[in-house]
Amino acid sequence: MRHVFSVAIGPVGFRLGSDWRGPVAALERLYASYPGPQDGIADFTVRLFADRPWRRIFRPKVMIGGDFVLPEAAPLSLEHGLLAAEMAMNLQMALGQRRYLLLHASAVERNGKALVMTGLSGAGKSTLAALLMTRGWRLMGDEFALLDPATGLIHAFPRLISLKNEAIGVMQGAAPDGMFGPLLADTPKGAIRHLVPDERSVAAMLEPARPALILFPTFGHDAATREVAPSEVFVRLTQASTNYVALAERGFTALTRLVAETPARAIDYPDTESAIAQVEALWASL
Amino acid sequence: MGLALDGRLLARALADPASVATLDSAGWQALLTMARAELLSATLAHRLDGIAKPAAAQRFLDDAKASCAQGRLVALWEVEMARRALGDLGVPVVLLKGSAFIAAGLAAGQGRFVGDLDILVPRAELDRVEAALLGAGWEWVKPDPYDDAYYRRWMHELPPLIHRVRDRMIDVHHTILPPTARPTPDADALIADSIALPNGLHMLNSDDMICHAAAHLFADGDLSGGMRNLWDIHRLVDDFGIAGLAERARRHGLAPAVRRALRLSHALYDTQLRDGWARSGSDDDLYLRRLTARDGWGRQTRPVTRLGFYVRSHWLRMPPLMLARHLWTKWRKQAG
Repeated sequence: MRHVFSVAIGPVGFRLGSDWRGPVAALERLYASYPGPQDGIADFTVRLFADRPWRRIFRPKVMIGGDFVLPEAAPLSLEHGLLAAEMAMNLQMALGQRRYLLLHASAVERNGKALVMTGLSGAGKSTLAALLMTRGWRLMGDEFALLDPATGLIHAFPRLISLKNEAIGVMQGAAPDGMFGPLLADTPKGAIRHLVPDERSVAAMLEPARPALILFPTFGHDAATREVAPSEVFVRLTQASTNYVALAERGFTALTRLVAETPARAIDYPDTESAIAQVEALWASL
Repeated sequence: MGLALDGRLLARALADPASVATLDSAGWQALLTMARAELLSATLAHRLDGIAKPAAAQRFLDDAKASCAQGRLVALWEVEMARRALGDLGVPVVLLKGSAFIAAGLAAGQGRFVGDLDILVPRAELDRVEAALLGAGWEWVKPDPYDDAYYRRWMHELPPLIHRVRDRMIDVHHTILPPTARPTPDADALIADSIALPNGLHMLNSDDMICHAAAHLFADGDLSGGMRNLWDIHRLVDDFGIAGLAERARRHGLAPAVRRALRLSHALYDTQLRDGWARSGSDDDLYLRRLTARDGWGRQTRPVTRLGFYVRSHWLRMPPLMLARHLWTKWRKQAG
């Protein structure tokens, strides 16, 4: 392929090939502090390509390819090439990851212990994780938490933090010195802007952590906290995992262990300040 | 690396595991990506057991192996489900392809990816088999009346059935090539000479397994997945030899396909053959070009060659007038 970019995100190596320079240039800038794949061998290959030769130049359309693909994925415009790259890498994880149980969750770490936050899209798990990163926590990831069936530990996957719509302004205020990607307007998910995880989160990305609290945040209600029964935690986490079925017994054993050993709470929060206070209070009470 | 970057890189690693010692990181990356694209990564993992390799490659292959082991379990369970559904009919049920390899513990099953469950039953028993499967939770995949009628009239198998709970497909064959194809394998002999497994199901005898693999490759398909199919043939020949193969292939009208399969398997994987078999055919190079049309990014290459084989596959499958009618119907449906 014309343009090539390789990176390690946590324990996973990626190789990206692109028909255009643009997406690769953006990735090189934003992932500058990340190492390359171990031994120069990536776990997953992704490709950004034009489905017809003239589409490279004339009204370019970015198709997403790679080791694992979804049929009939819609192409993106070249302005959204960075988003296409991130989506392509996420897709490999969602469809192809077999070493770890993949939880669609954000995770942060303090004192060697991990807080795992999961919930429906829009619950604020990305934003909360990014905010906690600015307040002394290590960001382990805003999209996927990797549960190791062999050890029960959570491994970090600190890809670029994907901020959507209102969260962009919130984080520009909270992390004025942060390194941001270009503002991607009018994507299929609205406005998106990427934030690079801070130096410390990237430097420590190979250090796993023992899960200490599972949190189900919901935005838009008065502040409230409730316990969540293990049965409910288990079912919600199976739904939050893309490879639970594929991992079969390994996945079941890993997940039941996680649920049995880790307390879980649901919180409602009216604004991010309340959420942070609720998290800190819960964490202190563990 | 000194080797053209196409499927031959993967073929060489499978045939001669020690050859990976010369690979640099770019070579490993290309090899692993190709193997994954050809659904041969777990096969490669088993072949490279005990061979020194970079840690990242080891990890990649360990993942492939674990994933394959799970797939094997699921495939064996599907075999057992079919046995429970069909065991009492008093009908011989012959496992085909990957399911047979793993159920019988053959070398060809080591690391083998198994997708659908393929079985062969006597044509006269199709209705009873179909009814038993429908009664046990399988359902039609293709509700389209044209496709359904096409399968029943012109194909060597029932329209595919999928299990409503387990989401797994079963292909019920009554022979190994479409009735419209030129060669007509002896379906009765396939079943009569099949080998019983401990669970009461059957598998084809080794010569017929090779005939089937060759028929699938050269008399039916467009050679996609050909590296995998030829690897099956390579392992079967390794395990069982080819003493009675020529005569058996003639009986099924598959002598040319089987000869070609062995020549190409020899060319790609260095399959050990007796004198006479390995003499190369005039257009073997073209077949090899098609079989190895894969680059280090996992992409299919050589579109013109591939298109040629695609057209050929339809040409082989049905007479010209019928082909025209079929493509016309399909095209109108797509347009509409």
